[in-house]
Amino acid sequence: MTRAESDPGSRTGGASPAGKDADAVVRIRDVWMTFPGKTRDKDVHVLEGVHAEVRNGEFVCIVGPSGCGKSTLLNIVAGFLPPTAGQVTVEGKQVTRPDARRIFVFQENGVFPWLTVAQNVGFGLQRREPTERDSIVQHYIEMVGLTGFERAFPRELSGGMRQRVEIARALAAQPSIIYMDEPFGALDYLTRLKMRADLIRIWQEERKTILFVTHDIEEAVQLADRVLVMTRRPATIKEEVKIDLPRPRDIDSPDYLRVRDRIFDAMGIDRTTGRSGEGESLDEKSVVPGL
Amino acid sequence: MSVAGPLARGKSQRRLERYALPSLVGVLFLCVWDASVRISGSDLFPKPIEVARGIGELAEKGLLHKYIVASLFRVTWGFTLAMAVGIPVGLFMGWFKWAFQALNPMIQVLRPISPIAWIPVAILWFGVSDAAPIFLIFLASVFPIAVSAAAAVANIQPVYVRAARNFELSRFDLFRRVIVPATLPQIITGLRIALGIAWLVVVAAEMIAVSSGLGFLIIDARNAGKRYDLVVAGMVMIGLIGLGLDLLVRRMERMDVVRWGYHNQ
Repeated sequence: MTRAESDPGSRTGGASPAGKDADAVVRIRDVWMTFPGKTRDKDVHVLEGVHAEVRNGEFVCIVGPSGCGKSTLLNIVAGFLPPTAGQVTVEGKQVTRPDARRIFVFQENGVFPWLTVAQNVGFGLQRREPTERDSIVQHYIEMVGLTGFERAFPRELSGGMRQRVEIARALAAQPSIIYMDEPFGALDYLTRLKMRADLIRIWQEERKTILFVTHDIEEAVQLADRVLVMTRRPATIKEEVKIDLPRPRDIDSPDYLRVRDRIFDAMGIDRTTGRSGEGESLDEKSVVPGL
Repeated sequence: MSVAGPLARGKSQRRLERYALPSLVGVLFLCVWDASVRISGSDLFPKPIEVARGIGELAEKGLLHKYIVASLFRVTWGFTLAMAVGIPVGLFMGWFKWAFQALNPMIQVLRPISPIAWIPVAILWFGVSDAAPIFLIFLASVFPIAVSAAAAVANIQPVYVRAARNFELSRFDLFRRVIVPATLPQIITGLRIALGIAWLVVVAAEMIAVSSGLGFLIIDARNAGKRYDLVVAGMVMIGLIGLGLDLLVRRMERMDVVRWGYHNQ
């Protein structure tokens, strides 16, 4: 297979060596993760020497087969889990625990059901003056398109709206980085498309650094500046694909499809059968049929 | 109209099911009761109308009011003490695994001992006073409250605690802004169960340890002149007040801050 020089996705191949990029805000250096099993030989090796970097203002997606350890990696980066070996630094400081300047958006929706939409969005702003807090809350409720639902409780909202509340809560805390762990995984297809478009709009307005984990290759190609492709467990980052396509991205354009196919290739998946190189079928959710 | 029609019918049907059917069952019950007394020819067991007269008589003498207040007073104290001890201990046990492992076996041994079995001990320690039934109510309700609070903490969705950690809440704020609201629905359910038990126990305790209250009324009416109309009047009042207490707690379950906990999602 030959690729034209003008390819929108450029393959840098392999893990980038640590410290290469001076602009990196997040540096993941040789991170290993092993969950202890009942005996030594039953230990679960999840991550084996992951290197990666995220630059300021960049939108980076991590894709990989289901259960490969993408979420584990994100949890380590966010400080929820200590790695077995290696380290993560953010702005030069080693991450040892979660930090309010870097907010995590959870797959299972972490919106507090006992608080209204407005109270949820203002959750991280308790130390602000009430009037200031209200205006920040209002601003982000508007940004995620939930105006009119300020006093609604999460149980009265759809899944997509609840995820919007969580995104607004993250933004309202005015973090420098947002970590997103398959935030749209539980939503239906059309809602997911809409959420992606809105997330891109919000990211372009706010210019936060976003590190986004997904098993959905389509999603990664639509969203990211750069896609980090992980291998099956024990996982490393196998490949890095830069995407220079303008946004919003047309999911039918040849350029888009080429980048998408490159990631399929990087994951070693046959696009027609969903089978990986080793002949082992992946979780069907991780393979999106071509459009 | 095509929409309002079936909806309106649905509403009136619900009302029928909610009020009319239970009333019908109640009336039927009273009829069966009345008929059975008449057919058996019992001169001790009262007919419904005699019980109603008995309640009227008690009310006239001021005893009804006095006894209800006495029983509720004891339940209020015993139950409040049980909440004051049970909720913190339960939350503590739910949060710290070692605390659960240390305390749970003891609780599981004490819990199945009927509060009735404690009556002699209560009289030994507190004599014939309000303290004895209050102690018994405390004993009866503290364990279910503690156990449900512990379970509530153990059942908190980890994602709420993780979100709270992400926002760097202090220990106190984590407790106040996340643990308490997250556990409240299940704690309230525990309180409802415990209050039911407390009400059962106060009546039993009053039959032995004191000389006022609805339990005392029942035993006293029997001992002093076989006034079975007053015995049953006491029973009816106990039932109605128990229902009232339950409705009161159910009301709490409809508050906005806890309603989420009763919808399964």
